[in-house]
Amino acid sequence: MSKTLRINGKTHQVDLPDDVPLLWVLRDELGMTGTKFGCGVAACGACTVQVDGEAMRSCQLSLGDVEGDVTTIEGLGTPDNLAAIQTAWVEHQVAQCGYCQSGQIMQAASLLAENPAPSDADIDEAMQGNLCRCGTYPRIRAAIHSAAKMMQEA
Amino acid sequence: MASFKKIARRSFLVGSAAILGGVAFGTYKYHQPAPNPLEPAAGKAVLNPFVFVDQSGVTLIAPRAEMGQGVRTSWAALIAEELDVDPGKVTVLHGPAAKAYYNSAMMGEVLPGRGYNNSSFQHSLGQVVGHTAKFFDLQVTGGSSSMKDGFERMRRAGASARETLKEAAAQKLGVSRALLETKDGQVLAPDGVTLSYAELAADAAKIDAQEVELRPASQWKYIGKTVPRVDMVAKVTGTAGFGVDTRVEGMKFAAIKQSPYFGAGKRSFDASAAQDMPGVEAILDLGDAVAVVGSNTWLAQQAVDAIEVDWEAPSYPETTDAIFAEIAQAFDGSPNSTMRDDGDVEAALPEGAEVIEAEYQLPYLAHATMEPMNATALYTGDALQIWAPNQGPTVVQQAAADLTGLSKDTIQVHTTYLGGGFGRRIEVDYTNRAVQIAQQMKGTPVQLTWSREEDMSHDYFRPGAIARYRAAVKDGQAVMVHGKIAAQSTTREAAGRMLGLPMSGPDKGHVDAAFNQPLAIPSFRVEGYLAKPMIPVGFWRSVAASFNGFFSDSIIDEMAHKAGRDPLEFRLELARAEWEPAAKVLETVREMSGWSGTTPDGIGRGVAMVYSFGTPVAQVIEVADQDGQIRITKAWIAADLGLAVDPQNIEAQMFGGLAYGLSAACFGEITFDGGAVEQENFPDYDAMRMPSMPQVEVAVLQNQKHMGGAGEPGTPPAAPALANAIFDLTGQRARRLPLMHDFDLLI
Repeated sequence: MSKTLRINGKTHQVDLPDDVPLLWVLRDELGMTGTKFGCGVAACGACTVQVDGEAMRSCQLSLGDVEGDVTTIEGLGTPDNLAAIQTAWVEHQVAQCGYCQSGQIMQAASLLAENPAPSDADIDEAMQGNLCRCGTYPRIRAAIHSAAKMMQEA
Repeated sequence: MASFKKIARRSFLVGSAAILGGVAFGTYKYHQPAPNPLEPAAGKAVLNPFVFVDQSGVTLIAPRAEMGQGVRTSWAALIAEELDVDPGKVTVLHGPAAKAYYNSAMMGEVLPGRGYNNSSFQHSLGQVVGHTAKFFDLQVTGGSSSMKDGFERMRRAGASARETLKEAAAQKLGVSRALLETKDGQVLAPDGVTLSYAELAADAAKIDAQEVELRPASQWKYIGKTVPRVDMVAKVTGTAGFGVDTRVEGMKFAAIKQSPYFGAGKRSFDASAAQDMPGVEAILDLGDAVAVVGSNTWLAQQAVDAIEVDWEAPSYPETTDAIFAEIAQAFDGSPNSTMRDDGDVEAALPEGAEVIEAEYQLPYLAHATMEPMNATALYTGDALQIWAPNQGPTVVQQAAADLTGLSKDTIQVHTTYLGGGFGRRIEVDYTNRAVQIAQQMKGTPVQLTWSREEDMSHDYFRPGAIARYRAAVKDGQAVMVHGKIAAQSTTREAAGRMLGLPMSGPDKGHVDAAFNQPLAIPSFRVEGYLAKPMIPVGFWRSVAASFNGFFSDSIIDEMAHKAGRDPLEFRLELARAEWEPAAKVLETVREMSGWSGTTPDGIGRGVAMVYSFGTPVAQVIEVADQDGQIRITKAWIAADLGLAVDPQNIEAQMFGGLAYGLSAACFGEITFDGGAVEQENFPDYDAMRMPSMPQVEVAVLQNQKHMGGAGEPGTPPAAPALANAIFDLTGQRARRLPLMHDFDLLI
């Protein structure tokens, strides 16, 4: 089926079966590889994107069910123009292998949009679905607090 | 950016820079440089295999897999230290597969000796033996060896490049090289004239490379300080290219189904349900597997799932219990090694000695890297290109040559960023699968991505292991420890499969972190027993130290409690008498954690100290009873690296190593039924997550004489420190893992 998607402010037309998950539309059809495949069962969060600002696992979101504007890591900021949350990630040198970080950042950005000053417990609750096998959690937590401060001061 | 286009392959070989970039001492055959793999076009200078200068600036080659440990940044910093360039302003590339990039430090690990008490002479000998790695073309990243390997070579590469560029400037300006200085990628003349490295590149290529002394530590600008990771911005913007992000013109996507039984072939398959599914372009018979090539990975995966295959039966014990029974049988044979035998463990014990007998058992484990196994390949009949997130480019190349019959010089290996390695990506099964598919899709690049289920059930697993310990204490003192350890041999099985080298003799790797613990125990024997090959086993972050660290520290904790001693003070006394740096890491965690030997009700604390990969690491873990469930609240880590190249990066490796160890300790197990792995995906192979990760403090010490590793030593102490803390809290001793079977963990 043919479907029109709004991704990072741009319109894309795709012609695919409607059960293809958004993750694979992004990666294999549109060449937007910032969103990662980790498990395919919504258990690791590597594929997290936002739909109308809400964090969602794109591996479990069928093309036919996508309603609203999609934001991926590519739409958050670029190497030359980082979003505040990405600046905080760089400041705290969070990433190790980096594979899960697109998903971590998209999840955290959604948390901060909803809750501009999250507590440690709020961070635990919001981030528990995002797995990191390198164990970067202490720096993710610190970067979220920094980003919150940065965004409040801005 | 540098390209690796061909010029005459050996044209740069004779330069001393190439020698300096390779090996720098002696006259043995293996001191001859390997061919320089960087083959520049005219007007560009390759000063040695690690530095590349052209009109756009300086490119540093850091030919080690960047899997999160920061090697690209640290190797670039080592070169920059001598070359006078800002590591943040140069391009850092992995480079091609090449002999010149062999790992000189890893083979040194095969030398006998406990490591911590080796003399400087033995460490030099380790370096010499390390050079034999070149014979095996071992360009590999592993064994926590990159800093040991690169520390001298990278600085020499930078120094030689700098002096060669200065010599080119000296000839151009007609002044003595001694009068020239270098700064920020430029040569400065006394009269104020500056020449950039880029504009000197063409001239520098024409002259012999220069050799100089390395700068003393007092002049270091980057070593010992934190350098921002060169890959950080890319990794927070989704622009870092991992294996799965490889995109080649005309590329197709593939999915695979391999036998659930290791080493078993297939009898037949029925793909009739798959062939008309959307997006399917080809269904391939790979002999012992089937694959589907399609227009996207998910559609290919749906189709491969629809293929019915009749697999041959497994040829090894089919259940976890049967496999462990086989491991236990190894104890009935004679030991493969007795790498430590102090005093006499069989002598009659003194009157009043108390004896502990304990059997510990640890499961098989999967690596579960975040990025599932994948590789992309393009086969054109007379050449092959492979793009892969791998830890051993020359190993990948050799395996592809064996598979296709192509010569190695027609096979290009492009190493991408690795979405986690942990030892899994030193294997070549996943690259070989991509090559098999590419061979049947001649002229079309194909990317093969394994499903998570395929990845988890087709690993080279951390072997399951059993230890039997007998120990004695008397009057608060350790008297005797006799440990026997049985497991499949990772080293032997991997050497056979990767190098075709049948190994015999004592397997030191098998008993690492058991026999060589820096503890003075009057009678101390450790014996290794090798179980027969059954399940494919491989290198899992910290290898045998991942189980031996648990065994050897758990028995010490049991002894301390039996002796009525404070477990930290008991270890400290044993360490101080053997090797001071081990005592220092214990003292440091004692101070950091405010260890008092007592804990309030509802709080438990445990300590562990394990020496592995050249680094002693002590950890204190605190657990709390939270409404009847156990929560891991805090961790303190002290590690002695000797020389800490980048302290902030080492800190990350230490708490990351801890997290990897805690994940396994709490949840990790691979079990078998009917010959197949029972775990499929993260819901049944979980790991630490944000709420379960403790607060961590890390101290990086520099007391010991030799440089220790960073990537692995943080992992082994995690499980015993946690189990010891849980014993402190509950009075129940954990002699098997994962802990989730015996304790109610808050996750």
